[in-house]
Amino acid sequence: MKAIERYGLRLNRKRYLVRAWRKSRALELAADRTWTIRPDDILCFVTLRNERARLPYFLRYYRERGVRHFLIVDNASSDTGLAYLIDQPDCSVWTTEASYKSARFGMDWVNHLLRRYGHGHWCLTVDADEFLVYPYCDTRPLPALTYWLENAGVRAFGTMVLDMYPQGPVGQATYRDGEDPFERLCWFDSGNYTITRNWEFGNLWIQGGPRARMFFADTPYDAPALNKIPLVHWHRRYTYVSSTHMLLPRGLNLVFDEWGGEKASGVLLHSKFLNTFTSKAEEELKRREHYARSREYEAYLLDQSAGSPVFWNSWSQRLEGWRQLELLGLMSKGNWA
Amino acid sequence: MSSLGFVMLCHTALDRAADVARYWAERDCPVVVHVDRRTPDAEFDVLQAALSDLWNVRFSGRFACEWGRWSLVAASQEAAQMLLREFIDVRHVYLASGACLPVRPLDDLRDFLARHPRTDFIESVTTEDVDWTQGGLAEERFRMRFPFSWKRQRWLFDRSVEFQRRLGLARSLPDGVDPHLGSQWWCLTRQTLSAILQDPRRRVFDRYFRTVWIPDESYFQTLARRYSIDLQSRSLTLSKFDFQGKPHVFYDDHLDLLTRSDCFVARKVWPRAGQLYDRFLASGPVQDRDVDPAPARIERVFHAARTRRSRGRRGLFMAGRFPRNDWESGRSAAPYTICHGFNAIFSDFDGWLARRSGLRVHGHLFAPEKVEFAEGRSDFVGGLTSSAALRDYNPGQFLTNLIWNSRGERQVFQFGPNDRQEVGSFLAGDDNASLWIVTGAWALPLFLGNADFGDIRKQAARLQRVEAAFLNALQGRGARADLHIWTLADFLTQPMEHLQELLDHVAGPAAPRLSEAPRMADLAGFPRFVESLKNQGMNPHLVGDFGPEEGPDRPKNPAKPYLVR
Repeated sequence: MKAIERYGLRLNRKRYLVRAWRKSRALELAADRTWTIRPDDILCFVTLRNERARLPYFLRYYRERGVRHFLIVDNASSDTGLAYLIDQPDCSVWTTEASYKSARFGMDWVNHLLRRYGHGHWCLTVDADEFLVYPYCDTRPLPALTYWLENAGVRAFGTMVLDMYPQGPVGQATYRDGEDPFERLCWFDSGNYTITRNWEFGNLWIQGGPRARMFFADTPYDAPALNKIPLVHWHRRYTYVSSTHMLLPRGLNLVFDEWGGEKASGVLLHSKFLNTFTSKAEEELKRREHYARSREYEAYLLDQSAGSPVFWNSWSQRLEGWRQLELLGLMSKGNWA
Repeated sequence: MSSLGFVMLCHTALDRAADVARYWAERDCPVVVHVDRRTPDAEFDVLQAALSDLWNVRFSGRFACEWGRWSLVAASQEAAQMLLREFIDVRHVYLASGACLPVRPLDDLRDFLARHPRTDFIESVTTEDVDWTQGGLAEERFRMRFPFSWKRQRWLFDRSVEFQRRLGLARSLPDGVDPHLGSQWWCLTRQTLSAILQDPRRRVFDRYFRTVWIPDESYFQTLARRYSIDLQSRSLTLSKFDFQGKPHVFYDDHLDLLTRSDCFVARKVWPRAGQLYDRFLASGPVQDRDVDPAPARIERVFHAARTRRSRGRRGLFMAGRFPRNDWESGRSAAPYTICHGFNAIFSDFDGWLARRSGLRVHGHLFAPEKVEFAEGRSDFVGGLTSSAALRDYNPGQFLTNLIWNSRGERQVFQFGPNDRQEVGSFLAGDDNASLWIVTGAWALPLFLGNADFGDIRKQAARLQRVEAAFLNALQGRGARADLHIWTLADFLTQPMEHLQELLDHVAGPAAPRLSEAPRMADLAGFPRFVESLKNQGMNPHLVGDFGPEEGPDRPKNPAKPYLVR
């Protein structure tokens, strides 16, 4: 890469940082417990909207794995989620009515919080429907992973989003407050992902899975990106560029090995396809606040007119645990033993 | 009676270091603790207070230690001196770190050392015998000077190495120094250790090792060779190094592994591995086991990690592995077979091959309209679908996915000039691809079809062009695929022999002798058809030479299956 291009990226990075600061003025503090953050704590950053039902399990899942503090932006929720979050002893909450889209799908807000509170911490940036699975996650908490990464001189941990779906129609997977969503959404596609490299930012671009085969079979280029880098040892100079798909400086995106080996990597189990998806799809389509996703919701609703879609087929794999995902090649232990 | 003493080098997680020091001290082993000077004083004070009730724990002068530099040796020297001076009963000195954990009862270690009263346990090998040195600096670490820190002054470090290499600078070794390397965690006898520390020439040696690269892996390892009466070149501390030369960390789920290794001390242990600390520091019943440490027993786990990190799983592309072109160490996960032209010659070739070989035989996976999976399925293992658009979005990865998903079962599919050709260059570079090609077989459907001759000629020209380009790619530079190529004319001279070869190849040595042959197309008049193409100016050279009038040696009545014994 030429010096001038590198310099361009540097300017880009600065621009994102300024933009984050500018957009952060829309954030209003609802509950500040950031003073309880201790130097080695792992922090979790979330932007959400109307996710009340998912919150209890989400918080429990990450608390059990060693996240010590949640920094949450509530974007104009109309449910009781905000009150619920404010009551939690380990959550700091900001609210905003501003446009999700014009805050680059919430990333400006999160970039701001990361810069302000994340510096020097291991930071996990996820959506409320994403659940991180990493090697040995059944026996080792997240701090074991971050300790190892830090020792190995690694700053970022790469994952792939794995869309989980039920056996029957999506609309019928009813979800009750606090329940493990993957009791119902326990199926996934194990081997229909395609990867290309984005040379500008150096990251991988992974597409495929059930959404690609159901909604984008004729326009695969538009299928959603599944590569994410959710766990980063944050420095105030860093910035997410597009969702958590890629970062600047671009060295952070090199979470994979280019010379034939495997780096340790994980999976973000995606619990989007619950019955709540139906109402969400209709609403989001009206709001038009989503990325090319609006296309996805369109495709979904189109499909729905012919009955709720069924992702499941006879090749679907049932989720058994991280070792299964490792064997299938969806994640890797790398040289973590 | 304290025959064994410990030197502990600590810098973080001092609470765990305190637990371990207490474990040893309470069992009558004196401990001298060195704490890095850069560790905050407050933490040091807490440690000191925590161990203040133990009469046989001492703290040595604090050095600011840095990985790979002399300060670590200086700290060990001073602590060891203190131990020898203040605890005169000590016979063996064990150098450990704050991240070490005893994983066998202390009495086992005592008994073991009592059986080897004059033996020094220190890994000490010559530079020719090691393959684990970082950055390729093996011999050079003794022959160059390393005034700069690798951690903090990497640029200067690299330049200085480059500079010395270019000028061919090589320092001479002090007399009596025969460079040896090894794990920095050792257990030496008082005799050997004091001989090193009290050597009248120690200043000479120290001055030399001060600018050697990573002296903590070579100072004692080299000098022990000078004085030791009985030296066993191994470390009693279990310490495994990974792909990057960083020590592997042990967690709670390694409990069985550590027990099985029969090692006395393990490094390095995650400070929050509560179960390990609780279990191994508990004063359980004494197991009277006089077995030697056997770290090799658990080697497999760490070897697998190293291979995974350095070579990865062949044919896998994922979030943690995306090799650049030609760095894949093999493009696909398992061998597969492509039959090119066969189903133009034989009707129901796919079904026949599937029946004879017991394999899943796909149709044209790269057909333009849709993916023709075996048995007419619209989807396949791993969630692949018959959508041509999804496949053509990334044909190479469509294939690597197919092969990866079905590893353990050889995949066979048909290919021809009517298919999407983009995958050709991928196939050419894949040594798992085995291509069985009958060139010019596209002429048969044209011959049997019912089109105007002018159209046939155009079609033939197009198909030949496409096929020639495909063949060209397969035989180009850097091509690795396994090729079996006949022209149609050649193939038809001995079709059954060639079919048997193909069957032997896909089904392995256990392949049945051919007793049922697929039905061959009726070829009466085909040589004349080829001749006409030629006469009209389209030379079907890939079809091969049929001779002007006579046909090839072909079945008289093709409707009847052709039998081979």
